[in-house]
Amino acid sequence: MDKFTKLTGIAAPMPLVNIDTDMIIPKQFLKTIKRSGLGVNLFDEMRYNLDGSEIAEFVLNQPAYRQAQIIVAGENFGCGSSREHAPWALLDFGIRCVISTSFADIFYNNCFKNGILPIVMPQEVVDVLMEDAKKGANARQTVDLEAQTVTTSDGRVFPFDVDAHRKDCLINGLDDIGLTMVKVKAIDSFEQKAATLRPWA
Amino acid sequence: MTARTLYDKIWDDHMVDQAEDGTCLLYIDRHLVHEVTSPQAFEGLRMTGRKVRAPQKTIAVPDHNVPTTLDRANAATMTEDSRIQVEALDKNAKDFGINYYPVSDVRQGIVHIVGPEQGWTLPGMTVVCGDSHTATHGAFGALAHGIGTSEVEHVLATQTLIQRKAKNFKVEITGSLMPGVTAKDITLSVIGATGTAGGTGYVIEYCGQAIRELSMEGRMTVCNMAIEGGARAGLIAPDEKTYAYCMGRPHAPKGAAWEAAVANWKTLFSDEGAHWDKVIILKGEDIAPVVTWGTSPEDVLPITGKVPSPSDFTGGKVEAVQRALDYMGLTPGQNLSDIKIDTVFIGSCTNGRIEDLRAAAAILKGKKKKDGIRAMVVPGSGLVRAQAEEEGLDQIFLDAGFEWRLAGCSMCLAMNPDQLAPGERCAATSNRNFEGRQGRGGRTHLLSPAMAAAAAITGHLTDVRDLMTETV
Repeated sequence: MDKFTKLTGIAAPMPLVNIDTDMIIPKQFLKTIKRSGLGVNLFDEMRYNLDGSEIAEFVLNQPAYRQAQIIVAGENFGCGSSREHAPWALLDFGIRCVISTSFADIFYNNCFKNGILPIVMPQEVVDVLMEDAKKGANARQTVDLEAQTVTTSDGRVFPFDVDAHRKDCLINGLDDIGLTMVKVKAIDSFEQKAATLRPWA
Repeated sequence: MTARTLYDKIWDDHMVDQAEDGTCLLYIDRHLVHEVTSPQAFEGLRMTGRKVRAPQKTIAVPDHNVPTTLDRANAATMTEDSRIQVEALDKNAKDFGINYYPVSDVRQGIVHIVGPEQGWTLPGMTVVCGDSHTATHGAFGALAHGIGTSEVEHVLATQTLIQRKAKNFKVEITGSLMPGVTAKDITLSVIGATGTAGGTGYVIEYCGQAIRELSMEGRMTVCNMAIEGGARAGLIAPDEKTYAYCMGRPHAPKGAAWEAAVANWKTLFSDEGAHWDKVIILKGEDIAPVVTWGTSPEDVLPITGKVPSPSDFTGGKVEAVQRALDYMGLTPGQNLSDIKIDTVFIGSCTNGRIEDLRAAAAILKGKKKKDGIRAMVVPGSGLVRAQAEEEGLDQIFLDAGFEWRLAGCSMCLAMNPDQLAPGERCAATSNRNFEGRQGRGGRTHLLSPAMAAAAAITGHLTDVRDLMTETV
């Protein structure tokens, strides 16, 4: 997993609420057995016509936002299906950070496993970041995970919260499984205890 | 001792380790696996030389891609990429020695129907699967939720999951349901009341008389859609109905072990005085048969209602509703019961169990679907299909003009050939009405199996109670 420390990049505004993972990556692209290559189909049905041509008004098709690395989104981003293909597609496109007032639980978890930082901000801050993002390619926002701040293109700074464990994993690019494997003795002893307490499980 | 909720108790029973910042390592009792969200996880194990820690607790079944037509034994019924995904699961199950129900096995079906049916899901367990509808298993008083593929790999390798505890949300449904109202109407009505983000950060426990009165099948329908309300999981405390459902299942304990298990399960309830972070109470009598009109499960109204206008909403929802009405091809003020449909889909992990098929068949018996309507029933598992055939339900569906399919996820998410065409309007017993969910441009109205059957007969969204009066 790529580390995430500090990012300055173009932020794409997507004010629509309840952007679900079916929108982020439709089901026909889940038939892959790989993690890579999904970026071209990110937001496929919003982004392309049936004949494969681009829908010009879709935000990521606009010249200003084709290189976006941040999405500022409406509430409940990533709801629906648990498909990790959604963060894989975002990452493959180049998105490293999504900012919203709320995220669906599974999507939120999945982001951290893939080096993407989801940031929850209050509505009034998301409103400011959304307006800033609408300024286009010159409006580059800075996300500093170490300092836990987002800075708008005109220098306004907003702090955000993140779990210490998740922050540590992102900053250091740590593999969860490796970290858990260190605790294998605790898992062993839990299993022995559970075999007596709940033998049917 | 501090009063605890059911969620608190299951959580405490499975805690392996807790870090200073509150991050916990939770032990997982059952890991269910399907072909779409697992290949990258198994590949990860291979690349790192890791094994499946507890293959005996890991259960795999292909369901999303598999065709449901009777000729599916013929490999040509699957697209190349679907076939590769199913074959990858065949191979992974064999290589890693996990429990497996291949397409050719009569027990094959939707993972959330197979788990309970085979007795893998039992009260007090933790159950995960790379699938958001894992919430279904909460009907047994098991803490069950969906995970991503990285977490699938983590559970395969360690039999644990890194988690932070969610908050407790009590959803109480008092009194009894009125005739024609079902578990699906409860769960959709709850989402209508809380919104699709209303449960975010919570585990819901459903309780109250109307929940107690539901069968296990109905309880699974309610918990299945907890995720649609944003909750990590839905729970229902086990009771005599739960034990009766579990008893004798292939993987349920037997004899003295069964008695010991039931004695433990009887401690699985929320204590008097336990703390709830959020509570809502709905009256069972107030719940009507409902349908969705938009592209989010929260866009739900009683069938007697009218299509709303964007101006009925505030904030970001105004734009979302305008977009939904455009997508759905609906006009504000239109009666929901005037909406004509093209297709009826009965099935999915939400409503593909035997009770669902009985409810639909009860409405369809001796009747025919409206001419020109495409209608299909897709049983949730091979065993549900066999049971329905034993009861003669298949003949009722066939006589009514429905297709009688083999088991799978089918048109719920349209990863197999069962899809809607652009603009095609479907009355569906599944769980998501998102844009493109059942096929690009497809329009989905979520409803109960009885309501879906009623719509098939009339050709438009219909209050099932009207048809019930006719038969009295």
